[in-house]
Amino acid sequence: MTFTDKQTNNAAAAVSPTSEAELAGFIAERHARAAPIRVVGGSTRFQSEAIAADQTLTSRRLSGIVTYEPGALTLIARAGTPIEEIEAAVAAEGQAFAFEPMDHRKVLNTKGFPTVGGMVSANISGPRRIHAGACRDHLLGVRFVDGRGRVIKNGGRVMKNVTGLDLGKLLCGSHGTLGVLTEVALKTLPVAESQQTLAFHDISVEAAIEIFATALATPFEVSGTAFRSGTAWLRIEGLSPQVDYRRERLSALFRDREIDIVNETDSRMLWRGLRDLHHFAGSNVPLWRILVKASEAPAVVARLNALGGDVSLDWGGGLIWFESSANGSAVRNAAGRGQAMLLRRGTLPNSDSFPPEGASIARLSAALRQTFDPAGILNPGLMDK
Amino acid sequence: MSTIAMPEPDVGILARAPQIIAALESVLSAGTVISSPEETRAYECDALTAYRCPPLAVVLPRTTEEVATAMRVCHELRVPVVPRGAGTSLAGGALPTADSVIIGTMRLREILEVDTANRYIRVQTGITNLAVSAELEAEGFFYAPDPSSQLACTIAGNIAMNSGGAHCLKYGVTTNNLMGVRIVMATGDIVELGGPLLGTSGLDLIGLICGSEGQLAIVTEATLRIVPKPEGARPVLIGFDSAETAGECVGGIIRSGLLPVAIEYMDDVCLRAVEAFVKTGYPNCAAVLIVEVEGSEAEIDHQIARIRLIAEELNPVEFRASRTAEESLAIWKGRKSAFGAMGRLGDYLCLDGTVPVSKLPHTLKRIGELSKAYGLEVANVFHAGDGNMHPLILFNANAPGELERAEEFGADILRLCVDAGGCLTGEHGVGIEKRDLMTKQYTADDLAIQMEIKSVFDPAWLLNPAKVFPLEVSQPHREAAARCP
Ligand SMILES: Cc1cc2nc3c(=O)[nH]c(=O)nc-3n(C[C@H](O)[C@H](O)[C@H](O)COP(=O)(O)OP(=O)(O)OC[C@H]3O[C@@H](n4cnc5c(N)ncnc54)[C@H](O)[C@@H]3O)c2cc1C
Repeated sequence: MTFTDKQTNNAAAAVSPTSEAELAGFIAERHARAAPIRVVGGSTRFQSEAIAADQTLTSRRLSGIVTYEPGALTLIARAGTPIEEIEAAVAAEGQAFAFEPMDHRKVLNTKGFPTVGGMVSANISGPRRIHAGACRDHLLGVRFVDGRGRVIKNGGRVMKNVTGLDLGKLLCGSHGTLGVLTEVALKTLPVAESQQTLAFHDISVEAAIEIFATALATPFEVSGTAFRSGTAWLRIEGLSPQVDYRRERLSALFRDREIDIVNETDSRMLWRGLRDLHHFAGSNVPLWRILVKASEAPAVVARLNALGGDVSLDWGGGLIWFESSANGSAVRNAAGRGQAMLLRRGTLPNSDSFPPEGASIARLSAALRQTFDPAGILNPGLMDK
Repeated sequence: MSTIAMPEPDVGILARAPQIIAALESVLSAGTVISSPEETRAYECDALTAYRCPPLAVVLPRTTEEVATAMRVCHELRVPVVPRGAGTSLAGGALPTADSVIIGTMRLREILEVDTANRYIRVQTGITNLAVSAELEAEGFFYAPDPSSQLACTIAGNIAMNSGGAHCLKYGVTTNNLMGVRIVMATGDIVELGGPLLGTSGLDLIGLICGSEGQLAIVTEATLRIVPKPEGARPVLIGFDSAETAGECVGGIIRSGLLPVAIEYMDDVCLRAVEAFVKTGYPNCAAVLIVEVEGSEAEIDHQIARIRLIAEELNPVEFRASRTAEESLAIWKGRKSAFGAMGRLGDYLCLDGTVPVSKLPHTLKRIGELSKAYGLEVANVFHAGDGNMHPLILFNANAPGELERAEEFGADILRLCVDAGGCLTGEHGVGIEKRDLMTKQYTADDLAIQMEIKSVFDPAWLLNPAKVFPLEVSQPHREAAARCP
């Protein structure tokens, strides 16, 4: 049966199917009428007003872990499963998602429970992405309902699978515009038994980028590389003796610099804060997520600073977070060859959310959206402008 | 002949062959178009040699622009195109049809950029897999996906098949190491996707291209992620008296939090063949695991000690940890020569299904039963860490009907893999080999959307015909494509 869910942030009542078949039926009916829907999971992200839909659909009641096999490092869950539920289940076996998905609630000032479907739809990946890859790299398979109401599966639950086209990668990061996920299979990994962080204080962005590049060229599997307010951090993880050894080797490599060591629990707390951008919480100033080539980060940061605002870096400098009230075109100019997305919109227009695409890519993407969703009913206006 | 059907060639195209060749020659530089039957014969098959058919012509361009020119001509003249790298596909992915033109990318071999500060290399895709890592050697980096065919196979084929290798348990397969591509569309348009950035804010089109088996576009350049070389690596060899116990050991290692680079498995049939071929001194037992770990000397010792604890719980027949480079070579020698050793026993079919690691013991047992039922011997040698099995079915190609029987046996094994929650192919691709089994793994709708995506990229359905999608399933799409202007 269909619940009307009033808990979503959205004003209009949300439809909340409890089975894949019911969801498929609902979409097929909307497809026949070309009636748009806003797709949400836990609604913890900002509600883009760019989406021209009077009906919200949430997958939150398609919930629950289907299978979890710690010995095979695989987890299958329905799309509406709260990430917290999954994290608890895998933590009980000493495992986690290696891509370290961030929790946006603090920085976006939203409530509710982020879902695993929302995580996959936005390809959410945290600091460890630099070493372990993004959410898309750990996605093994999907089930989803496309814009005509067809139930489709792709991939599976095994680590190696090259059977047919890889639609999981396409769905991951499509922000609900190609289909509504009903089930996802993800790879889990054992949590490292030990971690330490090397902190470098009072340094410039240029120096931080140099430290990151040097550290990431070593075999010491640096799994976190972030910078903020003059401090750069390098995280090392592994078996206890391994972490001690790596700390010694890295300290020797940077012997000309002053280094503080942050241990275990403090290190975990530090990276939790960096991952979830606690330093940018409690404000509604627009917050940008800018992908750049790491070696170009210092130049981009200099241009951003000239606009006024505050930056932090992650992914060895390949990701710049920028909090500023500058307008969208100024930020995109400063980003140069980088890609700037709006995470927190503040007072900027919706049209600023996604960067414009080159003509041929835009054409291909539009044709693919047309294929998955011929009536244009899934989150219209979000990625296609 | 064998059981996989290919469509009848288009007689209209065959009749126009001289004009098609002339049209290609008129716009491409001398020596680029090959059309004499003596020369095109060299391209009549890939490593699935049971299937052969020379193409109408072969085009070997030296630049992306030449690829685009050739593609444009074929598109205008409505001639099917088979993209080709080194032709080492085990799935018949590069098999031509008589009415097709091969566009081979093997002459596009340049290294365009090495950027160790941002950790990537940009290459033309005709370069071999091993040449990429060789280029990075002096810089202390390597390119991680390492198919056993790496001396010959090209990055183009690796991308098209999303190839894996011995290192992928730790480092992932091609798609996890591919940051950008330059592609030539079916119309001849050139498009750039991705590059040095760590992701995109738009749709993940690179993820779609990788593993698309030449169905969507021709890939001419690639940006590849590179990783620092480890300080060192050493294997251990563990022998067990049952396949089940070996399977348990794999599970135990994976759960423990260790992340070995490789966990390889060999069964008794394979062990005997290898022993007769290269004198490995492997224990005489039901199953052998080779587990390789990386790091500094001390780190390696520490990890091996942990593996020993896990293995000794299970009463292994032998536990042999390498201490030196020579001992490492000796342990790997048998595994590396496994395919060669099997080849001495006769002809074989190499399968590639994947099962969940927990289903390995069950699957091995069923394969043994099927082997008896079919009266064909099978050897198992595979990447156990990720459940990617390579059963080798031994047969005699000269005995009438044996190839067909071996193919049927193979199909049964692949169905078994799907039923166990796995898939038809872990790294070799569908090609023609598993084409007709696709309906076992996917529903009509699952396949329909894949074919609709192909139509977005290749509306006339000219790229790599008769592969991946079962012919009767793709027929409506192909007919619609033939009508499209
Ligand atoms: C002895 C042996 C060992 C092997 N070991 C492994 C292994 O360990 N792991 C593994 O994954 N595979 C393995 N393979 C299979 C094979 O080597 C891989 O599939 C390889 O990636 C194929 O590369 P290639 O250059 O030979 O491509 P080809 O065989 O020429 O082509 C393969 C596919 O790619 C397409 N293609 C080729 N070039 C392009 C292009 N430029 N653009 C678009 N599509 C293109 C072709 O149409 C075809 O479908 C092995 C093969 C052999 C013979």
